[in-house]
Amino acid sequence: MVSNLAHDKARAIAEAVPDPELPVLTLGDLGIIRDVAASGTGVEVTITPTYSGCPAMNTMGMDISLALAEAGFGPVRIKTTLSPAWTTDWISAEGRAKLQAFGIAPPGPRGNDAPVACPLCGSTNTGEISHFGSTACKALWRCLACREPFDHFKCH
Amino acid sequence: MPATSIALATDPLLRFILRRADDALVLGHRLSEWCGHAPMLEEDMALANIALDLLGQARALYAYAGVVEGAGHDEDAYAYLRDPADYLNLLLVEQPNGDFARTIVRVWLYSAFMDLWWQRMTASKDAQLAAIAARAVKEVAYHLRHAAAWVVRLGDGTPESHQRAQAGLALLWPYAGEMLTSEPDEAALIAAGVACDPETLRAPWLGRVKAVAAEAGISLPTTPFSQQGGRRGHHGEAMGHLLAELQYMQRTYPAAQW
Repeated sequence: MVSNLAHDKARAIAEAVPDPELPVLTLGDLGIIRDVAASGTGVEVTITPTYSGCPAMNTMGMDISLALAEAGFGPVRIKTTLSPAWTTDWISAEGRAKLQAFGIAPPGPRGNDAPVACPLCGSTNTGEISHFGSTACKALWRCLACREPFDHFKCH
Repeated sequence: MPATSIALATDPLLRFILRRADDALVLGHRLSEWCGHAPMLEEDMALANIALDLLGQARALYAYAGVVEGAGHDEDAYAYLRDPADYLNLLLVEQPNGDFARTIVRVWLYSAFMDLWWQRMTASKDAQLAAIAARAVKEVAYHLRHAAAWVVRLGDGTPESHQRAQAGLALLWPYAGEMLTSEPDEAALIAAGVACDPETLRAPWLGRVKAVAAEAGISLPTTPFSQQGGRRGHHGEAMGHLLAELQYMQRTYPAAQW
């Protein structure tokens, strides 16, 4: 018999795992955890991949398994579901604030071409340098007011 | 002992999936050849990022091919353990990169088609293909935007960049038509709403390509789409060299993992 408490605890542990490439974000903030089901025989965590080729996905699964095992849950199964497809709209408000504070301009809502504000000085006098950045999820931007370059989490 | 090649079942759905997975794998491999060699740092990252997306799409399709075939083949078995004639990719994607302009022109021609194709595949009657499409469609839209912008910059740039973009297009054009045709064994899948009929995308694709070419000031070749056969495993010389590099590690150290 597994109590709701175990479910909630397992979910909280999985959601608190930091993103391997953007450690300011938790996987809960990123919005990739679809379901956590604890039963007498272990825990099944269902995640939605972000980008098709994101190399961090395997690490995320391992980190979740490790965190749950350390808390006494196990064995852990990681299930991947593709549908519905992940979107940056699933990043939490708290996650957006953390990105901003870390110097990464958070994504705007999908289908809305809102100006990208510089995460350093707040100016919207900004421009894209490159469609692609250091990871699949980011583009390279610059601020024309404070002249600093910055990463922008692409709207996806 | 070298790793043994796998034999493929002739199931039409399996072959339909492998054709698109192989396109993504082979173009992804070609783009990865630019890593560390692109004309500027931003483009190095861009081409590697596009390659990574394509590799991810290939993995999702190979994983599903394994389920459909039910013969115990995983993603690596499809990617690494087939003989050249069992790869079913377009001849377009296996052509050598050439210069940066030719590389960009290929990403543009392919993405302009695949953007339309994945959009249609989001409505596939096959739930798993529709799910893969829902994610891929967002990625390819981004690749298309990037490549089309570069085609305009090159075509409308210096005489040198214009000449290179035009030459790349002339070289690749005969191969582009293979995207627009279906294979006989795909007819039932198309009728069932599982597969999209690429023939129906011919006019919209041509319209898109014409619009960008006009903006870039380059002219579309009038040569016919004369080169095809990749979909049936008939490849050119370049494919063997590509696979020799792609498969080297798995053939030398069978089942190696890291």
